[in-house]
Amino acid sequence: MRHSIVSLLLNAATGHRRWPRMWRDPEPRPHYEAIVVGGGGHGLATAYYLAKAHGVRDVAVLEKGWIGGGNVGRNTTIIRSNYLLPGNVSFYEASLRHWEGLERELNFNAMVSQRGVLNLYHSDAQRDAIVRRGNAMRLHGVDAELLDAHEVRRIAPFLAMDDARFPIRGGLLQPRGGTVRHDAVAWGYARAADRLGVDVIQQCELLGFEIERGRVVGVRTSRGRIGARRIGLACAGHSSQVAALAGLTLPIETHVLQAFVSEGVKPLIPGVITFGAGHFYVSQSDKGGLVFGGDLDGYNSYAQRGNLPTVEDVCESGVAMIPAMSRLRLLRSWGGRMDMTMDGSPIIDRTPIEGLYLNAGWCYGGFKATPASGWCFAHLLATGESHALARAYRLDRFATGHLIDEKGQGAHPNRQ
Amino acid sequence: MRIPCPFCGLRGHEEFVVDGDATVTRPAPGRPDAPTAAVRFVYLRDNPAGWHREWWFHAFGCERWIVVERDTVTHAVGRVWSAGDPAPGEDR
Ligand SMILES: Cc1cc2nc3c(=O)[nH]c(=O)nc-3n(C[C@H](O)[C@H](O)[C@H](O)COP(=O)(O)OP(=O)(O)OC[C@H]3O[C@@H](n4cnc5c(N)ncnc54)[C@H](O)[C@@H]3O)c2cc1C
Ligand SMILES: [Zn+2]
Repeated sequence: MRHSIVSLLLNAATGHRRWPRMWRDPEPRPHYEAIVVGGGGHGLATAYYLAKAHGVRDVAVLEKGWIGGGNVGRNTTIIRSNYLLPGNVSFYEASLRHWEGLERELNFNAMVSQRGVLNLYHSDAQRDAIVRRGNAMRLHGVDAELLDAHEVRRIAPFLAMDDARFPIRGGLLQPRGGTVRHDAVAWGYARAADRLGVDVIQQCELLGFEIERGRVVGVRTSRGRIGARRIGLACAGHSSQVAALAGLTLPIETHVLQAFVSEGVKPLIPGVITFGAGHFYVSQSDKGGLVFGGDLDGYNSYAQRGNLPTVEDVCESGVAMIPAMSRLRLLRSWGGRMDMTMDGSPIIDRTPIEGLYLNAGWCYGGFKATPASGWCFAHLLATGESHALARAYRLDRFATGHLIDEKGQGAHPNRQ
Repeated sequence: MRIPCPFCGLRGHEEFVVDGDATVTRPAPGRPDAPTAAVRFVYLRDNPAGWHREWWFHAFGCERWIVVERDTVTHAVGRVWSAGDPAPGEDR
């Protein structure tokens, strides 16, 4: 059924009990032209663009759990393209352009809300860095505005502007940044891919590869053997485990990132605001809860939960930036498994095994990348060639020295 | 998560700084395959889901480096020893 105001009214009249299934629940077939492993945002987007942009419809997405159960349904929903380095700016801006047309394209309400992303600065040195970033963005046709303290105060009067140690001097605003309802992205891509003939197969875990003379010819799964000569891995926090099944070791450590939601309050935070004096970012959901997060816990973890010292640290940063937050109660918190690469940037590339392709290393910023990542990975799977937008995201850049250290955070190879 | 420091006893992990994988070893510079071995040493990680050996530094305690065996799935802490010593029961 196509979603429209008519379908909404008809289903409202029947008490919303007659909505049809959004995607089928197919049995795996013995062979596909291409298989995507991992039914998160990136895997589902890849399958959708394979079918839509490249006409490759004989595709299966294998998901060991359920659609939306991974990071795609755990992140803090921020989208933006305020990047600095070549290789990143154009990619993330292409992703933001996809977001702007995505709901029409997928016929699905993902609540894309471009209410602005504001990065605060607190010193002359930070102002210089932010001006440089803003100029790089504008040179690439990305929107960026430098705000002084007065303009910041007008947008967000509740900020601790005159803190003695970290006064807020201004900020860099990207008006087109914002938030998107994250699980609707998984559902929207799954439904749209399914309608083009893609099999979205849940509760189907990849257990091993069939490799003949250096070429992949199929996979072993918890639901039997499936043949395919083109296989794309998009397993986020489990990339190392899945790659190890093919004998590959990746430049990745899996870490835990926590997120938090407060009790609901009246509209307070106008967009997304990030602190410059600590690692903290916050937005407000349509239900009124403040959605926020900060640093990684710092140690390797697959637990999908973190520890209390990080909770304390994040909340301290929050109260330093917005003193009124001290009056709020925390409603819930959770964690996700982040595939942290050694330079903090992703990988979309071939592997040394023919027919096996890798999409990994999205760290804690991969949600905003979902459309462009799917677009570029589908191109790689369909043509065997890297897409121009993703050419910097090579697996061998750690050996050749072409690192993309946009933020220089995460794992710490430099300390060895 | 609490870590039994061999010098200070059981302490909250917030007293420590974690510094990652303690299983990788720096290749000798003279080795013929030194460049590729160095890439492996600096960048590649087994990243196990389960028991893992890590460097931790007791910054707000004795200021000593220790090795901690920790389960990355459950956060259980196992054996802990001084970074200067070989693992219990293992030769250097
Ligand atoms: C707390 C938190 C906050 C974040 N905030 C933001 C943000 O504000 N903005 C932003 O841009 N990014 C954010 N991120 C990062 C973003 O969520 C991730 O980078 C991105 O979602 C990863 O891609 P994915 O959606 O494909 O991952 P996932 O949804 O994790 O998909 C991977 C899938 O692979 C499956 N899988 C794994 N192993 C196997 C196997 N053997 N067989 C079959 N399937 C398998 C998993 O079950 C999983 O469903 C955040 C992440 C977290 C945890
Ligand atoms: Zn100690």
